[in-house]
Amino acid sequence: MQLTLEFKGGLELLFGSVKVHQIEVEPSDGKDKLKLQELLIWVRNHLLKERPEMFMKGNSVRPGVLVLINDCDWELLGQLDAVVDEKDTVVFISTLHGG
Amino acid sequence: MVRNCELCLERRAALRRPKTAQKICRECFYTAFETEVHEIIIKYQLFKEGERVAIAASGGKDSTVLAHVLTELNKRHSYGLDLFLLSIDEGITGYRDDSLETVKRNEVQYGIPLKIVSYKDLYGWSMDEIVGEIGLKNNCTFCGVFRRQALDRGAAMMKAQKLATGHNADDMAETVLLNLLRGDIARLSRCTAIVTGEDGALPRCKPFKYAYEKEIVMYAYFKKLDYFSTECIYSPNAYRGFVREFIKDLESIRPRAILDIIKSGESFRIIPTTKMPVQGNCERCGYISSQRLCKACVLLEGLNRGLPRLGISKAQSFQVSSDGNNDKRKNVVHERSKSRLVQHNIK
Ligand SMILES: [Zn+2]
Ligand SMILES: [Zn+2]
Ligand SMILES: [Zn+2]
Repeated sequence: MQLTLEFKGGLELLFGSVKVHQIEVEPSDGKDKLKLQELLIWVRNHLLKERPEMFMKGNSVRPGVLVLINDCDWELLGQLDAVVDEKDTVVFISTLHGG
Repeated sequence: MVRNCELCLERRAALRRPKTAQKICRECFYTAFETEVHEIIIKYQLFKEGERVAIAASGGKDSTVLAHVLTELNKRHSYGLDLFLLSIDEGITGYRDDSLETVKRNEVQYGIPLKIVSYKDLYGWSMDEIVGEIGLKNNCTFCGVFRRQALDRGAAMMKAQKLATGHNADDMAETVLLNLLRGDIARLSRCTAIVTGEDGALPRCKPFKYAYEKEIVMYAYFKKLDYFSTECIYSPNAYRGFVREFIKDLESIRPRAILDIIKSGESFRIIPTTKMPVQGNCERCGYISSQRLCKACVLLEGLNRGLPRLGISKAQSFQVSSDGNNDKRKNVVHERSKSRLVQHNIK
């Protein structure tokens, strides 16, 4: 499954200062959809370069990090239970950096 | 899967508002957000017609959204304000380069003038030079104190009559809790005021006092506003960091917590018999201060006398010379003169 991930608001600093990542990820046990829960673990294991505690807390994103799937607030989509599909775009924005 | 907007019932919802839990579309969100800021401006009479207003512009999300929204509302509702962007250049190599570039683009995007004032202009020291003296450990004391005054001094220099800052609801809640945790009763009682310094030369106001950080960031994202984000490279205060994280944790469980903390701060009253520091003005620069010298002047004196730790920690008790004496040999720890100083300050 091909996805576009974007890290903004200072989060890109944890990902080698790269804001946009094209990734290829397969849902576990042959399912055709991927839950955000799984995607987050994948990101932590494959993409995150430093300070995982700045990105995640427990099994979710750190409070203060906004998540949008195809420009829709993940709070409307079930948060960790939200699913992503082929060619979806997931955006992570930190609100914790200086304003 | 995603339902329609609860307000217009037509377009697809794009976010859930933390304040109301409403699921609404982008267009209804813009309208709601802008209308609420306008209503706050009117309700608390934040501006007067014809006023020259400096918008504190750091290039970050809050001030960028503030500049955008104020420019928009000024036109839409004919406030008649003479708006300009005011930026401070702390003189930290590399740190402000990108953010100042952002503010320069904002100048063009919003069509309002930009004034940049440097620490070097205001204090004779850049942040890099200060760090060279003091090391990295305590520099955020300088950051905070100098930045706070820099805006006022810069705004006055540019003949502003009011200063608008981008402090949002999350910032307010954080400040209330911090003052509570520090037992800073004087600050606790005034930190939630939407306008401060009304009796001084340059009142400050916070049009985003009730605006959630989440909404500010969503607004900037959906509108593709050009803002810059970085951590202060001189590491931030850890205590404040804990409080911030605590508030975000609370928000994720119960978003209203932020407004409720602000409400608690607003409702807080001091028993009249409580001993309070008397608010006066700095003898040297005239800035508002509960001490004889304001914090910036104490820090500056330390720097200029080669004693950069002066004024940073209460455990240190260097004598502050009242005449700006530069003789380093006189800087002896002198507990008795310090306590005299304190008595003098409390009056
Ligand atoms: Zn709508
Ligand atoms: Zn700092
Ligand atoms: Zn002073």
